[in-house]
Amino acid sequence: MMKEELETTNRPDNTAFTQQRLPAWQPMLSAGIVIPGFVLIGLAFIGIGVALFITSQNITVLEKDYTGVETTSDCYKCSNPSDKNCTCKLEFSLSNLFEGPVFFYYGLSNYFQSQRSYGASKDEYQLSGDLDYFKTPISACSPYQYDANQNPIVPCGSLANSMFNDTFKLYQIVNGTKKLVPFDGKGIAWWTDYNIKYRNPSVTPLKNAFNGTVKPSFWSKPAYELDTSDPSNNGFVNQDFLVWMRRAALPDFRKLYRRITEGDYARGLPAGNYSLEIAYNYPVLSFGGRKKVVFSNVSWMGGKNQFLGIAYLVVGSLCVVMSMVMLIVYAKFKFPEDD
Amino acid sequence: MLRRRLNRLFGRDERRVDSRTIYVGHRPCPATDAFIPPKFCDNRIVSSKYTVWNFLPKNLFEQFRRIANFYFLIIFLVQVIVDTPTSPVTSGLPLFFVITVTAIKQGYEDWLRHKADNEVNKYLVTVLEDGRRTRKESEKIKVGDVVEVVEDETFPCDLILLQSSREDETCFVTTASLDGESNHKTHYTVPDTEKGLESLSATVECEQPQPDLYKFVGRMHIYKNDQEPAVRSLGPENLLLKGATLKNTQKIYGVAVYSGMETKMALNYQGKSQKRSVVEKSINAFLLVYLCILVSKALVCTTLKYVWQSQPGQEEPWYNQKTQKEKDANLYLNMFTDFLSFMVLFNFIIPVSMYVTVEMQKFLGSFFISWDKDFFDPEIQEGALVNTSDLNEELGQVEYVFTDKTGTLTQNSMEFIECCIDGFQYKNRDSSTELDGFCVTDGPVSMLQQKAGREEEELFLRALCLCHTVQVKESTGQEDGVGDQVDGVLGLDGEMVHPAELRGFIASSPDEVALVKGAMKYGFTFLGMESKNMRVMNRDKDVETYELLHVLNFDPVRRRMSVIVRSNCGDIMLFCKGADSSIFPRVRQEEVDRISMHVERNATEGYRTLCVAYKLLSSEEYAQADAGLREARLALDDREEKLMAVYNQVETGMSLIGATAVEDRLQEEAAETMEALQRAGMKVWVLTGDKMETAKSTCYACRLFQRGTELLELTVRTLEDGGRRREERLHEVLLDYHKRAVQDPPPVKTRVTRSWTSAKQDYGFIIDGATLSLVFNSSPDSSHYKSLFLQICQNCTTVLCCRMAPLQKAQIVNMVKNSKGSPITLSIGDGANDVSMILEAHIGIGIKGKEGRQAVRNSDYAIPKLKHLKKLLLGHGHLYYVRIAHLVQYFFYKNLCFILPQFLYQFFCGSSQQPLYDAAYLTMYNICFTSMPILAYSLLEQHICMEVLMSNATLYRDVAKNAMLRWSPFLYWTLLGVYQGLLFFFGVRFLFSNPALQDNGQVFGNWSYGTIVFTVLVFTVTLKLAMDTRHWTWINHFVIWGSLAFYMVFSFFWGGIIWPFLRQQRLYFVFANMLRSVSAWLVIILLILLSLLPEILLLVLRKPRWPHSRQKKPLVQSGEGETQSSARPLLMRTFSDESNTIL
Repeated sequence: MMKEELETTNRPDNTAFTQQRLPAWQPMLSAGIVIPGFVLIGLAFIGIGVALFITSQNITVLEKDYTGVETTSDCYKCSNPSDKNCTCKLEFSLSNLFEGPVFFYYGLSNYFQSQRSYGASKDEYQLSGDLDYFKTPISACSPYQYDANQNPIVPCGSLANSMFNDTFKLYQIVNGTKKLVPFDGKGIAWWTDYNIKYRNPSVTPLKNAFNGTVKPSFWSKPAYELDTSDPSNNGFVNQDFLVWMRRAALPDFRKLYRRITEGDYARGLPAGNYSLEIAYNYPVLSFGGRKKVVFSNVSWMGGKNQFLGIAYLVVGSLCVVMSMVMLIVYAKFKFPEDD
Repeated sequence: MLRRRLNRLFGRDERRVDSRTIYVGHRPCPATDAFIPPKFCDNRIVSSKYTVWNFLPKNLFEQFRRIANFYFLIIFLVQVIVDTPTSPVTSGLPLFFVITVTAIKQGYEDWLRHKADNEVNKYLVTVLEDGRRTRKESEKIKVGDVVEVVEDETFPCDLILLQSSREDETCFVTTASLDGESNHKTHYTVPDTEKGLESLSATVECEQPQPDLYKFVGRMHIYKNDQEPAVRSLGPENLLLKGATLKNTQKIYGVAVYSGMETKMALNYQGKSQKRSVVEKSINAFLLVYLCILVSKALVCTTLKYVWQSQPGQEEPWYNQKTQKEKDANLYLNMFTDFLSFMVLFNFIIPVSMYVTVEMQKFLGSFFISWDKDFFDPEIQEGALVNTSDLNEELGQVEYVFTDKTGTLTQNSMEFIECCIDGFQYKNRDSSTELDGFCVTDGPVSMLQQKAGREEEELFLRALCLCHTVQVKESTGQEDGVGDQVDGVLGLDGEMVHPAELRGFIASSPDEVALVKGAMKYGFTFLGMESKNMRVMNRDKDVETYELLHVLNFDPVRRRMSVIVRSNCGDIMLFCKGADSSIFPRVRQEEVDRISMHVERNATEGYRTLCVAYKLLSSEEYAQADAGLREARLALDDREEKLMAVYNQVETGMSLIGATAVEDRLQEEAAETMEALQRAGMKVWVLTGDKMETAKSTCYACRLFQRGTELLELTVRTLEDGGRRREERLHEVLLDYHKRAVQDPPPVKTRVTRSWTSAKQDYGFIIDGATLSLVFNSSPDSSHYKSLFLQICQNCTTVLCCRMAPLQKAQIVNMVKNSKGSPITLSIGDGANDVSMILEAHIGIGIKGKEGRQAVRNSDYAIPKLKHLKKLLLGHGHLYYVRIAHLVQYFFYKNLCFILPQFLYQFFCGSSQQPLYDAAYLTMYNICFTSMPILAYSLLEQHICMEVLMSNATLYRDVAKNAMLRWSPFLYWTLLGVYQGLLFFFGVRFLFSNPALQDNGQVFGNWSYGTIVFTVLVFTVTLKLAMDTRHWTWINHFVIWGSLAFYMVFSFFWGGIIWPFLRQQRLYFVFANMLRSVSAWLVIILLILLSLLPEILLLVLRKPRWPHSRQKKPLVQSGEGETQSSARPLLMRTFSDESNTIL
């Protein structure tokens, strides 16, 4: 009751802020600014759109389904899940040079890597090389936390367990003989994933770190033997493993498998017949999925994607058209401010 | 509060008894067998809500009683209990933040209350204990203590006055802080206690504490040696109330009768009921819509999940097998937990932070009102006072303004204008010259045509000098004559008796001072009281003394007051002055005829008129009256009724000697303010206790009634025509007016176009208190009458209600408030009699006027002058409404387009509650990334600058009727949110049809997807706000660009470090990688532009509605000014000094 009396005895501060008189910029979106602005933006967008569209058009993509649903397909024989160690061939021919560097992707569809329980089913401490978590993986990995004998699974969890395990070999058929196209498996995963985020335990040889653990049930080889040819490509920093562990956003996705950058194929795949030998291991038919391989080259904007170019062209022309409409409207109904 | 309740509970036994007995000075009295000190509550005042110990639980309890907080608590608990997609932190952190901030604010406020309490409770007072004076803290005073109070101190508790330092056994107090009356009131000691307080042995028997300030009944038994105890009656004139201040008296002693929370002040202190604004109601309505959206989203997702899972192979694909626990769980339980999980995932659609931001906006925004120097009044050295910050925006929504007349429209500073003696008019315009002039001629009274006999003149002037309760304030040189008292400091020339001495008059009503000063102009000077003698200096500089025998106090029912005096020569005279209606029936009819004409003419000119009558009492008559008065004063029961009866009996058969006219000046710019309010579409109702003629002329002077206004009168006078029953007549008149004002003219619905210049017939309605109670209370048809009355009133531009009791004022406000469409009402007043309507209306405004602080204390906003109302409503109110409306809409919008992509993503992740955004983004979106710009906007935005708003009152109609928070703008914002949400999600979706977005062929995953969407989102909603901002101060620039920059920096950091406390480094380098991709950049730019495109188009194509900025269109503005000024030459004048120009 007393404080009221005291509070207001002195005169209020006469500053610009307290009097709400701060100097202010009062922009008005008038036709004089908006119409030229729209024209400019429209033209710029059309320009970018054209560039994007042409770039995208120049990208070559070769996409082949090898799930083996059709009986005519060579892989039909492997589509029975009980059939282990099945290999099938996919043959195709190129009439022109497939310009390099060529990127080789595998694609899966109707495969929900984006499911929450699936994505959460991993132990990042384990994957960063913490040996404590080799013994006791987190419970989120369940049901791939321990095997039936209560041995810890490393790497644990559904995500690691379901790692894509089809392998491919590409041959160019030159005069009836098969010539192996060399694949480059380096640098297909994010640099930070390979160098920082995922770490093997600092135990040499790496195999010892995995003592007392078992490999994921779906895997045919333990983690430390994923790449027998390159010892630095094993364990958790195996490039294929890293690519797999970065979950796709959508149920139809592709992941980078290899690049073709070496030898005779550095400039691309020459015209001719090719045969892709597939070690068909990965079951997808049980959930209605499809598998495919994609050969593609990339540009500054990444892989082939018509959407961006078209969208830019549409929006750009929309802007131009609208500026025209506005011009007409303004010319007709002369708004007072234009007088 | 709790304490009080407890006291009530424990005091139940005591309460059953009707009276309490107090032993003065705790001394046992001979009459009582055993002295049992009765238990009363201590003198501690507790207005605080919390203590250190109960603060946490009590405050938390109160906070979670708010539905929003409770909702977030539930969400948080669900997250803790059920396996949900986001960690409890995401909702726990904001909730914690909100609760903490609110708790700190409330804690601070309570600390202030504690401090104020302590100031009162620890105040040192002097208590007489066994004859010794001891200093004690105020809170330690017990009932029965004898307390000493010195001049200008406030009384620490309710005291019975025992002894005063003044010779006449009186003391003066002001009760300004209690009831707002700033006059000095005289209180009397209890007789026979004058001497020897140490040995005084007495008991006080009085009623139990009750809140009525003006009622007190008790009696005192005084025991002297072995005599029979003397009994003295105690009335309100013996009781000194806590909170009142001792004036003009050196010191007094009193015995405490009520203490602490039982004092009348504490009983009157009521926490004002919380007023909630319409915006809050809109928020709640929108909230409900969003809650429905939320629930339906969760339901859709849950359904889809189970539909999708029923497809072969999708229930449990081999790559994502369920755990044993999941397999065992009950299907329906699973569905329920899934539903809860979805609720949690989408709960961000209802933003916690909106409540915080709204609170902060209101709290901070209210400072701008108290800071505004335009509200500063140099006279009282005060600016505006904001008592509640909850209603800022309501100021922009007012439809009905209820204003008091006296002190609000008018200044309540009275000036004696003229008088009428015995039917002759005396006018004294230019006082000083005329006074001199008349000193040398034969008489002091300016004569116009004829003049009354000297006898009558002098009698009349004596009456003016005697019939009042004015006190003379002897000035002591350094006295600051101008305080808050109603006084006139008058300088008299050297010819006078006291040269160079300043003399102040103190009175309960400014009229009295005006009259005494008026009499002085004509040569009769009231010199003051000397014990019981009134001294008057007459024209011949002789001092006449009159013994004051009785004062028959003024009361609003009688509307008159009288004094009975005995002159030197022994004549006993009764002088009476009062309203014409109360005097005329008590005097002879032929006298009335002579004077009533003058009275009526004066009234129509806007003056306050009083009639003066007198009567010579024979000694028998006096003896009878004296006995009656004494008896009535001593009565314990129904004292007032008895007094009233005696008064009425004495005040009869008088003879009318004259009438006075006193001018009540209009407030500064009262007319312009009223005019502006009306042009802004508000309807102004004047509610006054004054008589009709005076009020009507004030209305004319304020331009509330105009030349063309057709007045519909519904007063006692109109009802008395024809001599039929009043109810019948009322019905007839009501129907007639209804026909004229409601049915016949084209309805006044076209509010927006209705302007003060339009040719449409304006109606003004006049009703008086008596008729109003007839309308309200006439039995079965009352609701019918009421609705007729209301309809008529609503079609009138101005309604004048005169002769209103305070309660009737509140009744009127209540009626309008609850009428169809529940319009927003505002009451403005300055006196204690306006408190009821101030509390009743949606917004109560107090004027820091002369009638004390009661109105100010109960108001929501207090301003020094009426003219400030214009800026408060048209300027601040309009801006705050626009600000908060935009704030609310924007908040819902930005959360809709925040959560919609997350919802859509459920279709692409098997409805598995996978969040699209990282937890940090989910948490920070509303707290950090998008909160500051909207807060800055909602504090600083001036879509139209203040000057234009003030000069162009019709702009107020643009936001009338909650225009920006109706369903159609809400739908617009919602659609905008949906459009943008769809765009964000599907734009990125199409981009991700090929996730190889980098030139090294590497692919992006789900977190990159979410981050791209989120980046587009943050930029779009911020830029959307930037587009809506019309007033860019450096603060706006800083927070808008600052929060975008902060988002970028934060994202870099968040993704740039392996955070040791996080298990999942989901965003590690996601943001940096995104920026490395040209496609991501391009899609972000594209989507931002595309989502803002419709807005830009609308902005350009929509005709600019308002004349905008000052610098932009000097031409338009000046043109407008011209049209206005040419059309309103009359209104440009100041009306302050032409209140009496009558049409």
